[in-house]
Amino acid sequence: MTHSDSKPIQHQGGADTKTAAQRFVLTLSRLWAWAFLALLIIFFVISVSVTSGGTVNFLTLRNSQNILVAITPVLLLGLGQTFVIIAAGIDLSVGWVMSLASVLSALAIRAAFNAGAPLFLSVIAGFCAAVGGAAVVGLFNGVIIAKLKVPAFIVTLGSGFIVRGVSLLMSENTTVIGLPPGLRDYGNNALLYYLHGEGGGFFFLFRPELTGEALRRLDPIFMWPVVVTALVVAVMIFTLRKTQFGRHTYAIGGNMEAARRTGIPVDRHIIMLYVLSASTAGIAGVLSTLRFNAGSAVIGDALLLQSIAAVIIGGVSLFGGAGTVIGTVIGALIIAVLTTGLVMLNVAAFWQFIVVGAVVIIAVLIDQSRDLIIGRGKSG
Amino acid sequence: MAEPILSVRNLTKRFGGLTAVNRVSWDVYPGEVVALLGDNGAGKSTLIKCVSGVHQPDEGEILFGGERIRLTRPIEALSKGIETIYQDLALAQNLDVPSNIFLGRELKLRYLGGLVRMLDEKKMMREAEQALSSLHIHFPNLAQPIESLSGGQRQAVAIARAVYWDARLMIMDEPTNNLGVPEQHKVLELIRRLRDQGVPVILITHTLPDVFAVADRLMVMHRGRKVTEKKTADTSTEELVQYMVGARDDMLVEQS
Repeated sequence: MTHSDSKPIQHQGGADTKTAAQRFVLTLSRLWAWAFLALLIIFFVISVSVTSGGTVNFLTLRNSQNILVAITPVLLLGLGQTFVIIAAGIDLSVGWVMSLASVLSALAIRAAFNAGAPLFLSVIAGFCAAVGGAAVVGLFNGVIIAKLKVPAFIVTLGSGFIVRGVSLLMSENTTVIGLPPGLRDYGNNALLYYLHGEGGGFFFLFRPELTGEALRRLDPIFMWPVVVTALVVAVMIFTLRKTQFGRHTYAIGGNMEAARRTGIPVDRHIIMLYVLSASTAGIAGVLSTLRFNAGSAVIGDALLLQSIAAVIIGGVSLFGGAGTVIGTVIGALIIAVLTTGLVMLNVAAFWQFIVVGAVVIIAVLIDQSRDLIIGRGKSG
Repeated sequence: MAEPILSVRNLTKRFGGLTAVNRVSWDVYPGEVVALLGDNGAGKSTLIKCVSGVHQPDEGEILFGGERIRLTRPIEALSKGIETIYQDLALAQNLDVPSNIFLGRELKLRYLGGLVRMLDEKKMMREAEQALSSLHIHFPNLAQPIESLSGGQRQAVAIARAVYWDARLMIMDEPTNNLGVPEQHKVLELIRRLRDQGVPVILITHTLPDVFAVADRLMVMHRGRKVTEKKTADTSTEELVQYMVGARDDMLVEQS
């Protein structure tokens, strides 16, 4: 007898039964974030140029670098969040954890430097304190979520409040200052510099000695926070796509019960996800300390919702099981380009919120239309 | 007949005051398909969950391959080669076929002395293709999420996974539920093929036509007790229904 599993089963909506129109919508929904970003940039290039009478250019080296620096904290919070949401969880504590990490790193750097450690080692101490402290919060979140089965929403909301209180206590409700001179360089120097005009050109790794007017002609390219964030992005892309950890993250988000039954250590994995999420927030915290030369207990407070917006615009499903790191990068870029562009168009800042909100909702609508087409159930 | 692969002896499982499984003894032999029948609440699921490590029996013992086993977790049953395919199949709908076949047991490439471990996607794809074709299953595209496959195809993936991981005993819970008729036939055909490859299959079912289509022997439970054990050829639908509703009970006859 012939075995006929190879025949697509028409009524079940197999992948081979889609119409050309459906395939078009699918492709569109996969690429829409890229397309939207490109359209936004084109729109702002033209409109900024027109409204300024041709005197202001949106797509300058300096502006593009400003946008990259601006997205680093949002993106770092969003990276860990991407993993957590793919596994059908949520981490509401990341903004506050970033603030805690900022305070911890500032205190550690100041203490180490005052104790006589060289600046570089003090910065290392700051990194360890920030990421370590953040990881402890993540561990706390993960254990309560995985072992005690309390919903992630509640655990991370609660721990976020606790962390906020601790940050304010540790910083004595003020900005942590008195950091070593020269620390600012770690947060503001760049991999590459470009000097416009006279005696201009590229400078790799070192900043030319300039004063006065010449300084304005110098553009840093890839400031250290951007480089660090790019490295984290690369590691996260690899981890999610190419490692067992990433595969298990998708599996847990797709069907936690199946993951459990096939022997995946689900509880341990969930704990590690929250540690990861808190750790990327920790990196964001220490980078902000280096950039502003101060520790702040409120620096990350407003960033939580922006980071979740970036993740969602980037196509991560809140039901779990789907999403990519690069999507989150695009999502963060879309938000940053939107806000920067609107500022340059002299649109009142309140409009930024309205536009970002609309984009989030549109992103989810597009995501759902894709789910309808490929026939994915709500349970995902 | 040869030594039984699975031997359940005087197994009892209670939940509070309820005796879900009551002193059941039962053997399954290599190379046979055995149907486990019973109405809802007859205790067949509880019995199977004891064999697959989900529940721990209160009394009695389980021998697998002649060895006494004590299972405290489902993963221990898996590692001994007892594969249970539940109705929901334990597949991750968002992952493709190879990812599901290797779920939890992914193949990896090691770099830098094991410091960096990367998924070996190519090898998993190759092995998945082989596992499927050894069961004469052919999909046009293995690299698409399971959610785009039909119910029968998913069932086939779950079976292929069990076979790939050297199942020594396959337990299938209502495998033809929720399938269209052509798909039901394919799944039954797969069960026959498993038997031909020497993998014994326990088939938990309500569907009597399935029993007559593939099972060599059958066991019927009623209210936690085994009420009969027969060759499929020696019985009929009418008789089985009587056993299932408790109108017939061979064990009582034997005792009296």
